[in-house]
Amino acid sequence: MSETRLMKGNEAIGEAAIVAGCRYYFGYPITPQTELMEYMAKRMPQIEGVFLQAESEIAAINMVYGAAGAGARVMTSSSSPGISLKAEGISYCAGAELPCVIVNIMRGGPGLGSIQPAQADYFQATKGGGHGDHRNIVLAPNSVQEMADLTMLSFELADKYRNPVMLLGDGALGQMMEPVNLEEKPLVPQEKPWAANGQGERAKPNVINSLYLKPEQLEAHNIHLQNKYQKIMEQECRWEEFNVEDAEVIVVAYGITSRIARSAVEMARRDGLKVGLFRPISLWPFPSERLLTLAQQTKAFLVSELSAGQMIEDVRLATKQIKPVHFYGRMGGMMPSSREIYNQINLILKEKEAVK
Amino acid sequence: MTHEMILAGFGGQGVMVMGQLLTYAGMLEGAHVSWIPSYGPEMRGGTANCSVIISQEPIGSPIVTEATAVVAMNLPSFEKFESSLSPGGILILNSSLIDRKSKRDDIKTYNVPANEIASSLGDARMANMVALGALNAALGYVVDTSRIMEAFKKIFAKKPAIIAPNELAILAGNKHIAV
Amino acid sequence: MNSKLYARPESLADVPFHYCPGCQHGIVHRIIAEVIDELGVRKQTIGVAPVGCSVLAYDYFNFDIVQASHGRAPAVATGVKRVCPDSTVFTYQGDGDLASIGCAEIVHAAARGEKITTIFINNAIYGMTGGQMAPTTLVDQVTTTSPYGRNENQVGTPLCISEMLSTIQGARFIARVAVNNPSNMAKAKAAIKKAFQLQNSGEGFCLIEVLSTCPTNWGMTPVEAVKWLETNMIPQYPLGVFKDAGGE
Repeated sequence: MSETRLMKGNEAIGEAAIVAGCRYYFGYPITPQTELMEYMAKRMPQIEGVFLQAESEIAAINMVYGAAGAGARVMTSSSSPGISLKAEGISYCAGAELPCVIVNIMRGGPGLGSIQPAQADYFQATKGGGHGDHRNIVLAPNSVQEMADLTMLSFELADKYRNPVMLLGDGALGQMMEPVNLEEKPLVPQEKPWAANGQGERAKPNVINSLYLKPEQLEAHNIHLQNKYQKIMEQECRWEEFNVEDAEVIVVAYGITSRIARSAVEMARRDGLKVGLFRPISLWPFPSERLLTLAQQTKAFLVSELSAGQMIEDVRLATKQIKPVHFYGRMGGMMPSSREIYNQINLILKEKEAVK
Repeated sequence: MTHEMILAGFGGQGVMVMGQLLTYAGMLEGAHVSWIPSYGPEMRGGTANCSVIISQEPIGSPIVTEATAVVAMNLPSFEKFESSLSPGGILILNSSLIDRKSKRDDIKTYNVPANEIASSLGDARMANMVALGALNAALGYVVDTSRIMEAFKKIFAKKPAIIAPNELAILAGNKHIAV
Repeated sequence: MNSKLYARPESLADVPFHYCPGCQHGIVHRIIAEVIDELGVRKQTIGVAPVGCSVLAYDYFNFDIVQASHGRAPAVATGVKRVCPDSTVFTYQGDGDLASIGCAEIVHAAARGEKITTIFINNAIYGMTGGQMAPTTLVDQVTTTSPYGRNENQVGTPLCISEMLSTIQGARFIARVAVNNPSNMAKAKAAIKKAFQLQNSGEGFCLIEVLSTCPTNWGMTPVEAVKWLETNMIPQYPLGVFKDAGGE
């Protein structure tokens, strides 16, 4: 039995991780994700889990690496600058194929930036973030309920593909409260015969490693990883559509911005304008194929992000620019209002009229 | 009906918890709800505000920019958010701390001496509950007061002693609007 | 009946070491393997080897190994140990790794009283990258990045890790040993064994610092290297037990 609770996004992630069987959390305080860490500090001891405040972001991700290497479901969380510190460790997890969940509650950058919500870590998250050819599965919730649902999915996908999964939220989603329903699912014990948890009854020792000194071996390992990434691209694209069927302009937005964009689309529809919303849920793999199909039927796209324009590059690549791709973004912790996005939609539609 | 509200004051006036109680009560009523704070340096002494939405429809943006109701607990909040109200909107103004009147004639303003009412009930810190009661009454009871109290008991489970006085504060806010 | 007087420990894999002639990593590897065999914990041991000459430790040891990034072995071992509290978890780290880039991790593992064992190889130089200055490099010692000798006015003086960590309350057992002669080897083995035993009885963080030679990067023959260690390193880094919190 589950009851509906009013929770902050950050707390919902924590509880959902526990429901998903995560019993190990390693983290370091940084705004605006600290509620998640504090939630874990409170909850983990109640369920005989491990909460450990690491000495740094770097130590935290390496504790994750160790715990994942020993076969546990494990999570860490941080916010933008802290994720930069974790980048090396994430690359090691990708290289050694360790399943783990990394939460980034994004804030404004670059540098120390601000503690206000932003979406300026899209490149970092979706293009790997660390050194070497690696990819993280990146999921972007847009509600507190989805913060919970996608956290649970993150653990599943991490184990399924032996790959790091990044849950990419922002300060607004982390801090906001909405009703959330955490459905308890029976936990399927994960067989991890590769884990380094002591040889025990195994015939041979296990080694967790990302070092391949011979170029032929490292290339073969990379080909193996790329094949895995290809499979993920084929199987794990997720998105949501709203009023796209007859839309002349499709707004593309993820996370908190997709909520604002949805209100703008509703506003436009009330005024009789044919506008829709396309929301990528998996940012990597990016739902490119579907966007290309939509490009064939719509007249223009408007990408809206809390950045100078990062996802827009993936939208341009996906749609092969057969239709114009416009951009409206705010930066530094500023949020667009629904009205601002609505005005941009109007501008695009008016340009189209003028061309006719 | 969608209620899009901004509750604002200075840090320590309890505007965040006021918003959370309203949101929680809305959820208990079965409505779609959201609460989002404006946080940051403002958390520490400046103006603090939160957006609350209670709606029969799924909620798009949780950030309110065109409000159906605003509660201003101090002067900076009044100055900042008076213009955010849509025509026909409701303004609850804490007249204990705001000596100005709204110049807008397309909104409905209620001047509520929240601090004085709360003090008369024994604790000026309950001004937020007086304002909450006033807001709920002015909105024609978007949530039942019993739901607010249910939420209050959950949030303040460790402080049972404060339940009764705070309920009185909410009722006093209700009454001020009814008069 | 024949009896075997000298055999390869089961915890050591049957492959030749890649280490340079006269390097003492091989001796320390063997001591660790013997100790793990003697304690009968091979099947529940997980070693953590970060970046450095010992990065290939997973080829030499016959038990589970987690390879770690530079300096982070204590954090990785923390993750492993928290998941497998009944296992024997140790890190094997060099001086560049532990005393420089990984200084924070080792200090905080000790502060937490993390129930792991650290074998710290101090040879006063970066070996794998070809002989650069380490925090443990002696004053006036020539390395490729201190070509005129370590200048203490510019880059300070050697970091004495055992002394430093022994000030930390969470540290259970801290000792410095050397493997320059049979007598010291026996003492080294006894200390390493004690460090593992204390871990297995759940008593807390233990670190054994092993003074070690690097003839290749020191530019010496193996015999000269042992002499240099005895005349230069041991005076700077005295051998002995620095902390034995439950001490007899």
